[in-house]
Amino acid sequence: MADVRFLLSGDTAVTVEFGNEISVAINAQIRAFSIALQESNIPGIVELVPTYRSLMVHYDPSIIEYGTLVRKMKGLLGQLDRIEIPPSDVLEIPVLYGGEEMGPDLGFVAEHNHKTEQEVIDIHTSTEYLIYMLGFTPGFTYLGGMSEEIAAPRLQQPRVKIPAGSVGIAGSQTGVYPIDSPGGWQLIGRTPVRMYDPNREVPILPQAGQYIKFRAIDQKEFDEIAAQEAAGGYTVRRYPREEAGK
Amino acid sequence: MSITILNPGMMTTVQDMGRFGYQQFGVSASGVMDPRSTSIANILVGNDENEAVLECTMMGPHIRFDQATCIAITGGDLGPTVDGVPVDNYRAFLVNAGQVLRFTMIKSGCRAFIAFAGGLDIPVVMGSRSTNMKAKIGGFQGRKLEKDDVIKFRAPKTDLKNLGIRHISPEFRPRAEYTLRVVLGPQDDAFTELGIKTFLSSVYTLTPEFDRMGCRLEGEVIEHVKDGNIISDGIAFGAIQVPSAGKPIIMLADRQTTGGYAKIANVITADFRILGQLKAGDKVRFEQVTIKAAQEALLAQRASMRTLRNALDR
Repeated sequence: MADVRFLLSGDTAVTVEFGNEISVAINAQIRAFSIALQESNIPGIVELVPTYRSLMVHYDPSIIEYGTLVRKMKGLLGQLDRIEIPPSDVLEIPVLYGGEEMGPDLGFVAEHNHKTEQEVIDIHTSTEYLIYMLGFTPGFTYLGGMSEEIAAPRLQQPRVKIPAGSVGIAGSQTGVYPIDSPGGWQLIGRTPVRMYDPNREVPILPQAGQYIKFRAIDQKEFDEIAAQEAAGGYTVRRYPREEAGK
Repeated sequence: MSITILNPGMMTTVQDMGRFGYQQFGVSASGVMDPRSTSIANILVGNDENEAVLECTMMGPHIRFDQATCIAITGGDLGPTVDGVPVDNYRAFLVNAGQVLRFTMIKSGCRAFIAFAGGLDIPVVMGSRSTNMKAKIGGFQGRKLEKDDVIKFRAPKTDLKNLGIRHISPEFRPRAEYTLRVVLGPQDDAFTELGIKTFLSSVYTLTPEFDRMGCRLEGEVIEHVKDGNIISDGIAFGAIQVPSAGKPIIMLADRQTTGGYAKIANVITADFRILGQLKAGDKVRFEQVTIKAAQEALLAQRASMRTLRNALDR
C-alpha cells in the first residue's frame, strides 16, 4: 500500500487513490479499505464513493478536519492486512435473451463473432463479472471480465429510448440499463429484475465490489419474476464468491 | 393548506441540502446551489437549516397562497412583490390567504430561495426532498414546477417569535469581478506549472452553457502535462474540471457522481454562496488557499448561522 495517495477534493472530500489503472487487484484494495473504514470509529465520515482506482471519502470538517482524517486513514491502511474481509457477493441476474423486443441485437453480436446465438448466451452467462463501480445513471454498473469472444461495436446510431432492464454489449463491456435511457449498446436481452427502484428500502441492488452472474430464463419465468417485482417482492439470489486461488 | 403555482418562472425546483449516501450508486447529490442563502432563509422563518425550499432561477415564479404562512426570501434579488407591492429580501413576513407572490425582474445574482415556515409537504425520497430531474425522483414529482402545481404546507405558521426583528441585510452584492477561493487538487499534477499559473492569474467569463449540473467558463487555455483525461473518479461540488481543450467547467449540485476529466482545483464551500449566484457574462478569478484556511472559513460561516438563530429565537 506504499503508493496510496491522498488527494484534496475540496474542503469536504478527499480522494484516496490506490493506483492508476483498472485492475481487479486495485479494486479489491478499495473494497477492503472501504469495509475497514465503515467498521472504524472515525467520526465525521458522511459518504464513501468507490471508483475504478480510488475511494472518495466525503466528510464533515466541523467534526473532523483534513489533517486528522488523513492521519487516521493512514493508520487504518497500515492495519489492513489484519482485518478480515468477507468474500464478495455474487448477484444472479435472470435474463431473457434474444427476440425482437428484448434482445434485438443478439443476432448481430453472434454474426459479428461467427458464433450461434446460443454460443453467445453460453459465454455471456459463464462469467462472474466484477462490478468496478456505479455511475452515469442511478444503478448503472461498470462491469469487468467479459470475454472478447462476444465483443461487438456500439450501434452507429444510438437508440432514443432503451427500456430499463435491457442487457447490452459495447466493445468488451457488458451491463444492464437500470432506467429508461438513450444509448448505443447492442441489446442482447432483458432482465425482469429492477436494478433500481427509488421506493424500495434498498433502492439500488448492485454495489461496487460485488459480482454479477447472468442466468438465461424463458418467457414464462420472465413473466413470473416481473409479476413478483410489480408486487414488490422478487429476491435476487446471492451467494458468496469462491475466491479462486486466493 | 397550500400554494398554487400560477407561473413556474424559468426554473423553480424543490431542494434541500442534498441527497447523501447514494453517490456510490450513481445517484447525484442534488440540493440547493447556494446552501448559505438557504440556511439563512430557513433560520429566518424558524425552520431546520435542511428544510426544503423553492429554488428560483433568474425569472422567478408567481405563487398564489391558498392559506396564510410566514416566508422568507434570500439569495439573489429577483424583484419579489406581494400583490404588486415590493417586499424585502432577507426578511421573514406573513403572506395572507389569497395573496400572490410574484417575482418581477432580476436585479442581482441568479437564484432566490423561498423558505416556508413549518416546511412544504414534500415526500422524503432516499433521505431527501431534493429534486433530481435526471433520475426523476424527489421534490415535486421528480421535476421542475409547472403551472397549476399545488404544494401543501406541513405546519404553516401565521406568526413567529420576534417576527419584527427576523431580518438581516442582504448578503449578495454584485461585483464587476468575483473571486472564488479554491484548494488545488485532486489532479493538479496533471497540469504544467504554467497551466496552474494561468488558472490562478486569469479572468474567466461564465458562458451561457450553465445549468444545475455545471458551468463552462471562457478564457485562457490551461496547459496539461499530457491531456485532460483520467480514469474516472469521484466529483465533489465545486470541482473544476479541465478537459483537453483547456477551458474549465465548474461542477455543481446536479453533477454526475464520477467523471473522466482532470480536476485542477475545487471551489471552497464557504464561497458556494458566490458560485450559486453567478450567471452568464459574470467574470471570475480563482485564488488559491490552503485546506486549513478553507475549513476555517466554512466553520466560521456555520458559527455565524448559530449566532443568527440564537439572536432571533432568544
